[in-house]
Amino acid sequence: MTDATEASGGTSVTKRFLYVNRKAPYGTVYAIEVLEMILIAAMFEQDVHVAFLDDGVYQLRKGQTPAVLEMKDFSKTYRALEDYGVEKIYLEKESMEERGLTADDLVIPAAVLERKDMISLMDSMDVVLSA
Amino acid sequence: MLHLVNKSPFERNTLDACLKRAAPGSAILLYEDGVYAALSGTSVADKVAKATNAFDVYVLGPDLSARGFEPAALIEGVQTVDYDRFVDLTVEKRGVQSWL
Repeated sequence: MTDATEASGGTSVTKRFLYVNRKAPYGTVYAIEVLEMILIAAMFEQDVHVAFLDDGVYQLRKGQTPAVLEMKDFSKTYRALEDYGVEKIYLEKESMEERGLTADDLVIPAAVLERKDMISLMDSMDVVLSA
Repeated sequence: MLHLVNKSPFERNTLDACLKRAAPGSAILLYEDGVYAALSGTSVADKVAKATNAFDVYVLGPDLSARGFEPAALIEGVQTVDYDRFVDLTVEKRGVQSWL
């Protein structure tokens, strides 16, 4: 199986998927739910891209200790994305700057894009899933 | 791309997030509580009027009338669509991006 379309009997087309994260972790369930969707998409061998903008950049902050809230530390899972073949991970530079975050503050070495490049990236996608 | 905004601009920042990141020439559809952004005489009306120069801005008619507003209350340049046209737009614009 090379992609979801082929599995359903159609012609083989790999689609460009983008998962857009705009929410901080823990306050709502969005961040962990999107992460689970990404892992599922990776299993279907789609061309998966992941973007972090606005409060979404907080998801990749180093040193999270949600155990104190009796919540799962899923920030470790972002480090495993590479093993699932998800390597196209992007953060928006302006969102990081607004929040005083630098590349050194992150759990993974994600690509930092200026907003104009993030706009082009998002506009080039076949499927965009947001939270 | 068809960008979707369904929250009031007075309660959430999703309209701003969209306006900052929509590629020029994209379409933006305001629906559910997003329709409040399409009305003239509000504190966000200038911003939305300006957006109609860069984007095709639409508002979902049933969501507008359900909330007690007529098309006459809309910012100039904002176009009203029905459900069928909404569906057509998702096809024509080759993909949707929701701002949640």
